[in-house]
Amino acid sequence: MLSNEQLSEKQREYWKRNIRLIVTLLIIWASVSLLAGIILAKPFSNIMFFEVPLSFWFAQQGSIIVFIFLIFTYAIKMDRLDREFGVEEVILTEEKDSKGDES
Amino acid sequence: MTVEAITLTLVVITFGIYIYIGWWAKVKDTSNFFVAGKEIPAVANGAAIAADWMSAASFISMAGLISFLGYDGTIYLMGWTGGYVLLALLLAPYLRKFGRYTVPDFIGDRYYSNGTRAVAAIATIFISLTYVAGQMRGVGIVFSRYLQVDITMGVVIGMAIVAFFAVLGGMKGITWTQVIQYFVLIIAIIIPAAAISLKLTGIPIPQAGLTFSDIAQRLSQLQVDLGMTEYLAPFQNMSGLNVFAVTLALMLGTAGLPHVIVRFYTVKDVRSARWSAGWALIFIALLYTVAPAIGVFAKYNLINTFNDQPIEQVREISWVEKWEETGLLGLDDKNGDGILNFAEDTSPQNEVTIDPDIIVLSTPEVAQLSPFIIALVAAGGLAAALSTASGLLLAMSSAVSHDLYYRIFKPGANEQQRLKVGRIMIFLAVLVAGYFGIHPPGFVGEVVAFAFGIAAASLFPAILLGIFDKRMNREGATWGILVGLIFTVSMILLMRSVEIFGTESQIIESFLGINAQGIGVVGAILNFVISFIISRSTQAPPEEISQMVEDVRVPKVTKKE
Repeated sequence: MLSNEQLSEKQREYWKRNIRLIVTLLIIWASVSLLAGIILAKPFSNIMFFEVPLSFWFAQQGSIIVFIFLIFTYAIKMDRLDREFGVEEVILTEEKDSKGDES
Repeated sequence: MTVEAITLTLVVITFGIYIYIGWWAKVKDTSNFFVAGKEIPAVANGAAIAADWMSAASFISMAGLISFLGYDGTIYLMGWTGGYVLLALLLAPYLRKFGRYTVPDFIGDRYYSNGTRAVAAIATIFISLTYVAGQMRGVGIVFSRYLQVDITMGVVIGMAIVAFFAVLGGMKGITWTQVIQYFVLIIAIIIPAAAISLKLTGIPIPQAGLTFSDIAQRLSQLQVDLGMTEYLAPFQNMSGLNVFAVTLALMLGTAGLPHVIVRFYTVKDVRSARWSAGWALIFIALLYTVAPAIGVFAKYNLINTFNDQPIEQVREISWVEKWEETGLLGLDDKNGDGILNFAEDTSPQNEVTIDPDIIVLSTPEVAQLSPFIIALVAAGGLAAALSTASGLLLAMSSAVSHDLYYRIFKPGANEQQRLKVGRIMIFLAVLVAGYFGIHPPGFVGEVVAFAFGIAAASLFPAILLGIFDKRMNREGATWGILVGLIFTVSMILLMRSVEIFGTESQIIESFLGINAQGIGVVGAILNFVISFIISRSTQAPPEEISQMVEDVRVPKVTKKE
């Protein structure tokens, strides 16, 4: 078992890595939606993506598809991070949930 | 069999399934009643969130609204999907770890204040009430249009069905009926969309038909030729600033809607909360990427059907006749030349008026699909309305029975009493929603502005700061919520005074160029700023609250209650 101090040191590192991942993904989130679909709507109108203007595609199709990838990326990376730091949630089944031991 | 007979059969079958699930899922304790015993699998929760999310308006009205807004329709497309990224990354996992029953639960505990809890509960009730009345209305409209039942009667039937499975099965019954309702509604939208895409572009996948064929360019050109706005060009119908503000307000609002957030309490662990957000968005995106395609196809089809055609010949088309009777489609040969002129709605030359709601509802007929598909669209519309209504009703009743009654007024209440109050409240909520569905007050039409604006300006910042800012305290959060809430509500009331109070003209037109639907962003910014300033000049939160925040941030359970 780790002592309390080591535990909180580890937790701080875990939280820092989590924040870094969130910030990265949110930058992509804003770039494909607010930036590519709205702020750059006019300049991107002149670039064609197949048969529609690029900004139109981002605004009505592309951003939504990227959103899905962002959420799954987060879920997969956090699963890995949880394991690396040994902080996965342990599910207690009814039988062994007698006294609530979860570590 | 006639369309009416098939519709009736489909409606009876689907309603039978919903009732059966309600009976099968009957619950005996509060955990099952409020959060389905926290044992819903991630994929099922994803489908339930999607059905909860996609309302009568998403199903019936959205594609039509987009087809009239053109490029600017993105406010709904990005606005109502982008919020899920915020939910998945910033809120859902931590709220699941917190692991209680409602949104006010978190806000009240985190800010150690029953006053703040009460404000959050009242915001929840108001958001859900505005939202649910529109759903009940939607049920009534589908009944009246497809089965020639009176709107009032339609609302009453809808109320009876929802009351049955929600009172009996609580969140568990609601969740599993929502899973079924998702499949009904998505099939109902995909089949006609694929058929019309194949017909117009030769590609059976609507999303691909939109991107890889020149249909959108042809429509854009056609609109320009007729003196209408260029479909593919941005900011033709709204200013760039408003498109930005409304999109962001809808994103933040989505992440703060109590009936959506509470669905993340129903999964078994933090991991499942993250994954179910992804599944939810996949299921939602199916409709949200198809809707802009339907918008383009239907608009193109309609212009070609009407423009430059002899009015007598157009009137012979059977669906034209039918929709003209309902008053949702208007043909008026103003210049008397016997030929129809299609132009911008506001133009005096325009001879065709179309209600946006027709776009989805008439697609199967316009594409000449079988009566079965037409009936399916009716069942899909009902599924969309009922699933959203049930989620909202639960959010409302839990705010009253759990947050106000149990957590504030009667903390000593036992399991039996709490369950009883929960059931009574959900039943009362159904009655109130039904009443507003039959007699809609002015504010009900402003769902987008009110529900999303309030969620963005009050609940979203408070929850976010509660997780990510350990120093945030009771004083900061409470003032932040109050200022955000009061600012947003009063701005909407002033800008929408015509619809709500019946004044001659808007009391104020906009706030620095931002309209009522986008004002939630300003409210949210105010909330963040006020919270920050006040929290830094008042006492830090007590030690056990810091401990609670630490605990919420890590999936692993470190101490048991």
